[in-house]
Amino acid sequence: MTGRAMQVICLIAVLIGLTPLVALVIATVSKGAGALSIGFLLHAPTPEGVPGGGISTAIVGSGEIVAYGVALAVPLGLFIALFLFERAGAIASSIRFSADVMSGVPSIIIGIFAYAVYVERFHHFSNVAAGFALGVLMLPIMVRANEEAMRTVSVDLWEAGISLGARRSRVARSVVLRGALPGVVTGNLLALARGVGETAPLLFTVASPTFAMTLLIFNDATQPFPDAQQTAWGTALVLLALVLILSTTARTIAWTLNRKTR
Amino acid sequence: MKRHDDNADQDLGDAADRRAHVDDRTARLARETRTPADRPDPGPDGTAVTLEDVSITFGDHVAVRNVTLEMPARQVTALVGPSGCGKTSVLRAINRLHDHTGGAVRGRVRLGSLEVYGPDVQPEVLRSRIGMVFQRPNPFPTMSIFDNVISGLRFNGVRNKRLLREMGIAALHNAALWDIVKDRLHQPAVRLSGGQQQRLCIARALAIEPEVLLMDEPCSALDPVATAKIEDLIRHLSGEVTIALVTHNMFQAARVSDNVAVFLLGEDRVGELVEVGPTEQVFDTPNDARTKAYVTGHVG
Repeated sequence: MTGRAMQVICLIAVLIGLTPLVALVIATVSKGAGALSIGFLLHAPTPEGVPGGGISTAIVGSGEIVAYGVALAVPLGLFIALFLFERAGAIASSIRFSADVMSGVPSIIIGIFAYAVYVERFHHFSNVAAGFALGVLMLPIMVRANEEAMRTVSVDLWEAGISLGARRSRVARSVVLRGALPGVVTGNLLALARGVGETAPLLFTVASPTFAMTLLIFNDATQPFPDAQQTAWGTALVLLALVLILSTTARTIAWTLNRKTR
Repeated sequence: MKRHDDNADQDLGDAADRRAHVDDRTARLARETRTPADRPDPGPDGTAVTLEDVSITFGDHVAVRNVTLEMPARQVTALVGPSGCGKTSVLRAINRLHDHTGGAVRGRVRLGSLEVYGPDVQPEVLRSRIGMVFQRPNPFPTMSIFDNVISGLRFNGVRNKRLLREMGIAALHNAALWDIVKDRLHQPAVRLSGGQQQRLCIARALAIEPEVLLMDEPCSALDPVATAKIEDLIRHLSGEVTIALVTHNMFQAARVSDNVAVFLLGEDRVGELVEVGPTEQVFDTPNDARTKAYVTGHVG
């Protein structure tokens, strides 16, 4: 009887937990679908009151910002994780601790940081600065995801590589990284999906809200014009779809790579 | 290993020769049928691996102390003893794996006439002359059967496809695995059974043409049938390559080894080498009372 009661409680909890997600998707789709068209994706925004117009600049801008962030965070994340995999000791522990602290830092603070080190110094807003902020935001997530993935490669395999006369760098590449690849790809894509949706790091760094999807949503949704609000919902839908695609791709790649070695 | 690329043709010839040689030797696998004349000649200086007063410590903990041991070339030397008496530590000192695990090795280790811990020795080059097989089969799970075999060659810079193929096939023959895997060379290595995976790991170690093969309890994760096959293989390989075999199984040592080194824990819980000699002598007429107690099953 208690088992049955437990099952019911769990089921209710699952339903309550799923409700916001389902409601969010339904709301975004129902309010945003009306805005969607080929033109919405391909045209630049028009000034308020001018009909038509799309979000192409925001899509391109977001892509560019994310690309800068990835260029910074992905290679750094891999090397730092490799370092953590290979070395034990005080330095590794403090790096790991820093990464954990970093991933808990509110993103608005990372935004201000990027503003201070880039925008203030070079006296202009830029997607590079925003990419830097996103990179700083994604880096700790990537480091920990990479390290977790690398931990699934046993020390036995590392030693097998070393004992065959391979250099550490070669073992890192051909054994550790290759073995961890499913987890590395998944972890990096999930961190990327997280980064794509960030708004705060872009607030102080991007020149115009029309240059990034999240800023466009923030900007247009708070305006009194129905057109602008419609654009905000449409952009939200595009962004949601993008994040969903990224997450699904991450899982699919992980699944495919894992299956190959079974 | 640059030498492989430079002497490709010669190596191909060697590989073919060796295969013929191996086939020829399968008839006298069994230890009982081996006559003294069949026993391999010792190497140029008769000794492949020499340890002189070797002690290994991990931090404050002394794992094994003052080991002096010679492993004759192209023979099987078994390192036996109870758990925790430093056998594996000694084995890993030979290919400098302790460089990476924080173990400190004192004393001298020589591979042939090379000082293993000499100032000019590159550990990678040293290790390319020494193969190693681990307690649990550890083929690279992301690689096919054949890619596993040739992985060491690739790690050492061999790129010639024909050479890789020749040497890989030769290694599979040497590990008595060719007939089992020849039709599925490109399948993932992890699909093989445990015993086959271990023989694949032996093939992988043999492919780099090592002078010495270090085997760290290679049968500890295997069933008796797979164990028997590995033991056959060890007999089969002795005479071609010097083998250092760590085992806690006295019967296994008796079956496959030419020489036995007996390790026991000293009174202060530090591993010691208490006796070393030809296998029959150590088992039949041990010099040391502790060895006698151990080999007859009274302790350990």
